[in-house]
Amino acid sequence: MDIDIYKYLREDKLPHIWCPGCGHGTILSNLIRGIDRAGLDQDKTVVVSGIGCSGRATGYLNFDTLHTTHGRAIPFATGIKLANPELNVIVITGDGDGSAIGGNHLIHGCRRNIDLTVVLLNNQIYGMTSGQYSPMTPTGATATTAPYGNIDQNFDLCELTKAAGATFVARGTSFHARQLIDVFEEGLNHKGFSFIETYSQCPINFGRRNGMSGPVDMLNWYKEHAVNIKGWENLEEDVKEDKFPIGIIYQDNRPDDEYTVRYQNIIDKVQKEVN
Amino acid sequence: MNKEALLLQGDEAVVEGALAAGVRFFAGYPITPASEIAEGFSRKLPQYGGKFIQMEDELASMACVIGASLSGLKSITATSGPGFSLKQENLGLGIMIEAPCVVVNVQRVGPSTGLPTSPSQGDVMQAKWGTHGDHPIIVLSPSSVKESFDLAVTAFNFAEKYRTPVILLLDEIVGHMREKIELPDAAELTIYDRKRPNISPENFNPYEETEDHIPAMPDYGQGYKYHTTGLFHDKTGFPGGKTEDARRLMDRLMAKIEDNLDDILLFDEDIREKDNVLVLSYGSTVRSAISAVNEARDKGYNAAWLKLKTIWPFAGDKIKELAENVDTIIVPELNRGQLIREVERFACGQANVIGINKYDGTLIKPEEILAKIEEVE
Repeated sequence: MDIDIYKYLREDKLPHIWCPGCGHGTILSNLIRGIDRAGLDQDKTVVVSGIGCSGRATGYLNFDTLHTTHGRAIPFATGIKLANPELNVIVITGDGDGSAIGGNHLIHGCRRNIDLTVVLLNNQIYGMTSGQYSPMTPTGATATTAPYGNIDQNFDLCELTKAAGATFVARGTSFHARQLIDVFEEGLNHKGFSFIETYSQCPINFGRRNGMSGPVDMLNWYKEHAVNIKGWENLEEDVKEDKFPIGIIYQDNRPDDEYTVRYQNIIDKVQKEVN
Repeated sequence: MNKEALLLQGDEAVVEGALAAGVRFFAGYPITPASEIAEGFSRKLPQYGGKFIQMEDELASMACVIGASLSGLKSITATSGPGFSLKQENLGLGIMIEAPCVVVNVQRVGPSTGLPTSPSQGDVMQAKWGTHGDHPIIVLSPSSVKESFDLAVTAFNFAEKYRTPVILLLDEIVGHMREKIELPDAAELTIYDRKRPNISPENFNPYEETEDHIPAMPDYGQGYKYHTTGLFHDKTGFPGGKTEDARRLMDRLMAKIEDNLDDILLFDEDIREKDNVLVLSYGSTVRSAISAVNEARDKGYNAAWLKLKTIWPFAGDKIKELAENVDTIIVPELNRGQLIREVERFACGQANVIGINKYDGTLIKPEEILAKIEEVE
């Protein structure tokens, strides 16, 4: 049975501002389903976003919500969580917001293993400013600031966050919607830094400049290039080359190593010594 | 019975003052000459059940402090010039969303890396105008270790009362010098906490326009489920898309400070009716100014002093009134002349306004101010 997603939405703020065919709405509704399944207390959950198309998600969500500055959602969320560890804190960011201007905060959030769930909507482009290349725009792709083709290499954000110390790392796409709900549920329940990258099609500012004229083409591309992590390791290396794994890529359950838990240990120890 | 006297640095007194005001959160990044503040909080906050975090950079520190404030804790960060530059964007967000917090800037000589261990008052205009756009700001400038304690308490009280970031602007001299100080008992201090809503979430508007212009602020997690954004917003917290919303919000942000100048403008003075030379100073130059004025009086000169503890908003009306009564206003500053522009603006040509300026990392000596008094009298 499906849930009442409107309980989690500010209905009077809809329709959303995202373009027709954008993947962000699909991902947002599945995030809501994940939140519901994870059983988060709506009154004790804060959602923080940065700037860009992804940044607007907080306006539609019926929680305590904070729309911050470009790239800085994770440090705002870090302050919120450390100040009150009882809160569930979710960050919604984009590939420009989270991996370019906010890239340093992403790796340091991972390093601290603070209990945040970071959802990075990767549309492979700066959508809101109409199509400049991001750190996730594929090499060779066309963007308004790469009219002759993008020469930059991309990040593998899941490998990056895993290496930086995140204890839950997953990837999904707007095509693999059901799997996405499971991933969100698991990530939200994980005690520690959870990073979830979700591919989200941008037909207007990425697809149409790169041989995919509509959202269906882009969803088909996700379908053809995403491989479930369970089958990933069995693939030949040359087959892996233009594909990417989806699902829970890495998880290490060490709840006692979570940042706010470790800080509370310090408080307890210091207060005991003082008394 | 006498209290135990402590020998503290200005930086350390800021820590003690903030703790007395109820601070429970610090986020920062190491920088000279402000690192002692971070070190002090890292040691002390856990003793009070508070939280300290050293962030990856200055931008993150400012963001983290605002986040903690929204969760309900009194929060502070500390930095110096280069870091103060980096904090400006998120400081602007703090002003826009009305997040109470305190930002300490222990000034060193700039621009750029400048003179990291030398005093300056070069960030006076940056403290007012550093973040983009029109905005109100409260900036307090202590001149001694005791005042660093007192104004740290005041900074938190203003932040909480007026729901805004407050800047505590020290300089390297005040931050690093040690003086004897007796810390007051908690009962001697007036501590102000932010106004929290007493109505149900259904009837709550996070940016309600009230008579005092200051909306009540719930902590995150209290069920109000409200939205906050750096976009211009109406009383609901959402951008309404009307140009009039931008004007209304800006006017309210300004009004909550400008309507309370009697409370916010702090200064000390020693001005006699016969005095015709006034030395106006703030921060570490105050010490030389008062010393010079006392010496000038001993020599028979009609000299007076005014010490501004609040430098922004500027005490314009006060200056206007004084300019009508004295012939000369001398403004010693450790910069090329920043606050003097405001003094000139409000003196309206009624008094001669003269600066004494040093910007090479050395301090202004009493005899330099005395010489200027003798020159103009």
